[in-house]
Amino acid sequence: MGQGGRIHPSHNEQRQGAGPDLCVSRVAFRHPHFELFPVSLEAQAGQLIAIIGPNGSGKSTLLEIVSGHLKPLGGSVRLDGVDLHGLPPHERAKRVGLARQESILLFSFEVREFIRQGRHPHLGRSLFESGDDERWVDWAMQQTNLAAFAGRRILEISSGEFQRAVLARALVQRPRLLLLDEPTANLDIGYQIEMLRLIRRLAASEDFIAVVVTHELNLAAEMADFILLLEAGRCLGQGSPAQVLESGVLSRVFRTPVAVDRNPSSGRPRVTWIAP
Amino acid sequence: MKIAATGRNVVTLVLVLAACLAVVGLVALAFGGAHLSLREVWAGLRGESSAPEASVIVRQIRLPRVLLAMLVGAALAVSGTALQALLRNPLADPYVLGISSGAALGAIVALWVGGRVATASPLVAFGGALATTAWVYFLGRRAGRLASYTLLLAGVVTASFLSAAILFVLTMLSTRDVRGVAFWLMGDLSVVTESHLRVLVPVVVAGIVALYFFAKDLNVLLLGEEEAAHLGVNVAWVETAIYLLASLLTGVAVAVSGAIGYLGLLVPHLGRMVVGSDHRTLLPTAALGGAIVLVISDTLARTIVAPAELPVGAVTAVAGAPVFIYLLRRTAGS
Repeated sequence: MGQGGRIHPSHNEQRQGAGPDLCVSRVAFRHPHFELFPVSLEAQAGQLIAIIGPNGSGKSTLLEIVSGHLKPLGGSVRLDGVDLHGLPPHERAKRVGLARQESILLFSFEVREFIRQGRHPHLGRSLFESGDDERWVDWAMQQTNLAAFAGRRILEISSGEFQRAVLARALVQRPRLLLLDEPTANLDIGYQIEMLRLIRRLAASEDFIAVVVTHELNLAAEMADFILLLEAGRCLGQGSPAQVLESGVLSRVFRTPVAVDRNPSSGRPRVTWIAP
Repeated sequence: MKIAATGRNVVTLVLVLAACLAVVGLVALAFGGAHLSLREVWAGLRGESSAPEASVIVRQIRLPRVLLAMLVGAALAVSGTALQALLRNPLADPYVLGISSGAALGAIVALWVGGRVATASPLVAFGGALATTAWVYFLGRRAGRLASYTLLLAGVVTASFLSAAILFVLTMLSTRDVRGVAFWLMGDLSVVTESHLRVLVPVVVAGIVALYFFAKDLNVLLLGEEEAAHLGVNVAWVETAIYLLASLLTGVAVAVSGAIGYLGLLVPHLGRMVVGSDHRTLLPTAALGGAIVLVISDTLARTIVAPAELPVGAVTAVAGAPVFIYLLRRTAGS
């Protein structure tokens, strides 16, 4: 077990066949007051995908479906060729991690205990963590810069630290697909950038696919390899940031006039709200 | 994580607490109407006492009662621990789902119809507990699986309905019977036979051991049902199993001892203060801690107003309410 990159010989061999590592094909869903129309998406390990769209556009529903937890009415989600909705929960949890900010924590765990919960799917019949499990926890705490907080209580750390702890808990699952629901909510701009840089770096070094739901269009523009724009349950476009972030569409979708130009330092699209 | 959850630590913890329980048990055997020295207790236990009456007191009168207190205390504390995690509610206790009211109604109806508290009622009380468990389970299901908030509300409403029914039956009973019922409602360990113990030992031990296999799932459930599902827990099956095991433990305890209050609420919280929130260390701590607390409480109940006797539930309530208020202030302060 290396501290840096991890080699997936089997995955690399598979990729020689050139199929996408994640293949979401025409998944659809219907709530009583909301419908998600068929959406498709393909991604390779190491990529960071951003899902953007206004509130209630279906981002979280799509994330739940891609996680394998919510069964779509039609379509399928395949990760390395395996249908996620056909897997038992503990097998799925070894391949897919979901990080989001939970609101309720009943009894305060220590930060390390909280992160260690991510090893649950790997314990099997064993009642206790092995040395290997503990080493993955050490590794994730180092990556997320939380080593100094191991013994602190999870309810007593700042929201930036808590977001990193949630990420670390998903990382110790050692997922091939990491889903993040608004990982930068409640963070200042410095933490926001640090968080997405970290996710990007880890996706590349650990060879997983990161899918991020976010409201931060400029962060998505800078960090994502690929953006998917949802509105009212329909996919309005997907592709590179330059392809998707177009001022006419964004102005209509977000009900506010916006201008899109280039960020001079990165050349990526830059979205600016135009004051009325 | 006051004590890290490793296999070695859990074994050490169990051995230390079991030794404490043994000491507390021996001391409890010495107290009572006739005070015995620890040496007499030991000799009496081994049947080597020079005074045969001491042997009778120790082995036939006090020992069954101390053993009963251990089993009931362990069952209630473990059940409370599991239910607090399952319902994600720090105020949950073994009675929150109406199980004790169901058992009480069963026992009281049995008395009303003509039985005696001492004989048939544990069986009928256990029947009442089972029926309530099944009913609340039925009400608490949403879309084919247990939903913790629905389950909690179903339990609370069922308990209050059953309490009303108990009051109704109480008005039908004679004054003499009402006193016995009052003892039973407060919780009372004075009615114990060897046949109770023969049933209780395997059921309580098996129930606690079975719950222990869900300890790591209980940890993950504390994060929420959705998070637990994403971490690979089969939530529907795990929640049902935990609910049924906790109900079984409560049901057998209530059937033989009535509703002993505060124990199942407080011992889990005290345990968390000592060993932390990890159920792999917390469950054995609650089991042995609950046993220790109830043996001490029952010894006090037997001795402080001797030769009369208090219902042990009165002792746990008088001691438990201040402890609860202390914990509340402590939590509010931090």
